[in-house]
Amino acid sequence: MSLAVESQTSKQLKRAGLTALTFLLMVVMCVPGLWVVLSAFRPNGEILAKPPIWIPEAPTFDNFRKIFGLGTDQVAIPVGSYFMNSLIIAMTSTVIALAIGMAGGYAFARYRFRGKGSIFLGLMLFRAVPGIALSLPVFIIWSKLGIIDTKIGLIIVYVSLNVPFTIWLIDGFFRQIPLSLSEAAQVDGCTRWQAFWKIEFPLARSGIAAAGVFAFLTSWNEFALASQLTRSTSSKTLPVGLLDFTAQFTIDWAGMCAMAVIIIIPALILTFLVQKHLIAGLTFGGVKG
Amino acid sequence: MPFWRRESATPFLLLTPALLTMAFVVIIPLVFSMYTSFTGYRLVKPDSLYDWVGFRNYARILSDWEFWVPFGRTVLFLTVVLNVEFLLGLGIALLINRITWGQRTLRTIMMFPMMFSPILVGFQFKFLFNDNIGIVNNALQSLGLSDGAIAWLVDAKLAFFSIAIAEIWMSTSVFAILLLAGLFAMPRDPLEAAKVDGCNAWQTFRHITLPFLMPFAYIAMAIRSLDVARAYDIVTVMTDGGPAGRTEILWTLIARVGYDNSRMGMANAMAYVSTILSILFTWYFYRKLVAARRYMGGAQ
Repeated sequence: MSLAVESQTSKQLKRAGLTALTFLLMVVMCVPGLWVVLSAFRPNGEILAKPPIWIPEAPTFDNFRKIFGLGTDQVAIPVGSYFMNSLIIAMTSTVIALAIGMAGGYAFARYRFRGKGSIFLGLMLFRAVPGIALSLPVFIIWSKLGIIDTKIGLIIVYVSLNVPFTIWLIDGFFRQIPLSLSEAAQVDGCTRWQAFWKIEFPLARSGIAAAGVFAFLTSWNEFALASQLTRSTSSKTLPVGLLDFTAQFTIDWAGMCAMAVIIIIPALILTFLVQKHLIAGLTFGGVKG
Repeated sequence: MPFWRRESATPFLLLTPALLTMAFVVIIPLVFSMYTSFTGYRLVKPDSLYDWVGFRNYARILSDWEFWVPFGRTVLFLTVVLNVEFLLGLGIALLINRITWGQRTLRTIMMFPMMFSPILVGFQFKFLFNDNIGIVNNALQSLGLSDGAIAWLVDAKLAFFSIAIAEIWMSTSVFAILLLAGLFAMPRDPLEAAKVDGCNAWQTFRHITLPFLMPFAYIAMAIRSLDVARAYDIVTVMTDGGPAGRTEILWTLIARVGYDNSRMGMANAMAYVSTILSILFTWYFYRKLVAARRYMGGAQ
């Protein structure tokens, strides 16, 4: 009896130990990111200090004020414009990619047609073209069309970058909705178009939102194409702007960390909001054939 | 009735916008870049776009060590990081699956690196591995493990190691999350049956859990194969292929030849080689995924 109790406690202890170990592991995994975030709130002098200062002595928002040009000393990098460019480009391309992806995803989920499998595979394979390889011809063609260094030029590229994956995700979400629901609505007198907007779209809405977040983040984070297709403040995005810092004579680590925080915050919020649907979408789209 | 009003035309109409964008941004540029790869096109000499040289660019890169060394390095790099990511991801997924308290929190924490753009990951590790002010060297020195500053991003082997760490940090979560989703979806019965039949933990894992997880591993691989070229961003920030080309990978080489040296024809030839590789890689894992799915369907 006492032996059984003992093994019970040792089992519980083992489990608690395992939990603690896993949490510790995850925290260690986050340290690199957290260190950058922490450094964004420290003066550059503290980052450069020798011997190193581990615990911030003077937490400050100065770095953020500086990169947005609000304080007395300013950084010569127009982070504000880059932020706006990133926002406009990512949002516009997401909305367009979602519209195109919803039509495409619905086609794959609800219709049988010739060449379905190969069209789907073809879309995915074109998505696999490395950004830098694609950037060469796009750069030449966009220059001829005169849309180099414009927001619209980058938006067009990002839409096509996001369409295949948006279709993959949305296809998966529509598939999870029983066909009988929209059929019942059609029996009751809805057209297929009405049945879609009244029945299927509301049910797939959270999944579509997840696909939208995924598309937004892809555009928000993209570098290889943006670095070649943008030149000036009129279209440069945040990831490209981050490299501006390295071109300066002395590297402003604190400024770069602050800019990193600016880039990460929207991503953090959005991913957190849709994480559940995102995981479901990635697995369903792929497994349930 | 015209063909576009027929029911059978609806899916094609729905797909038209998708196919049009893909044609405009991917297919036409790829055809154009194939043409360019057969010319001696240089950005500074627009007329050279019509300077047809046949297979000369391909012949030259395929006989050039300056292409094959970065090529081999890229293959080595991907082999190492993808295997490590898979094993680490599997380990993390199995660990989290066994935990009952705080599982959702752990899952959220695990997604943290996925939110970082590759350019940020590169910057972050450049900062951490900086020989003078980086936390890695500071920690090693404070602990008395090293007296001098270790030049992580200058020494060829160490730089390669640092870049691999950055890449692994960024992408292990993709594997962990998808494999964890697989573990959650796993039916209980076969596991219990195996226990009754006297399988030990390893046998159960090897013959029941792992085969069930493989489709999820292939999804992760297929997703990863779409974005392996993002390693370009990381390398660009961390070392830019340097010092002296010792961390040059295929994609940084393409950018250097195409934009810095403005030899577009040559760069397009290289880009084509890398594009075909990426497509083959994705295709391979997509096929694996379909096969695994069929196997699973048959087993159910």
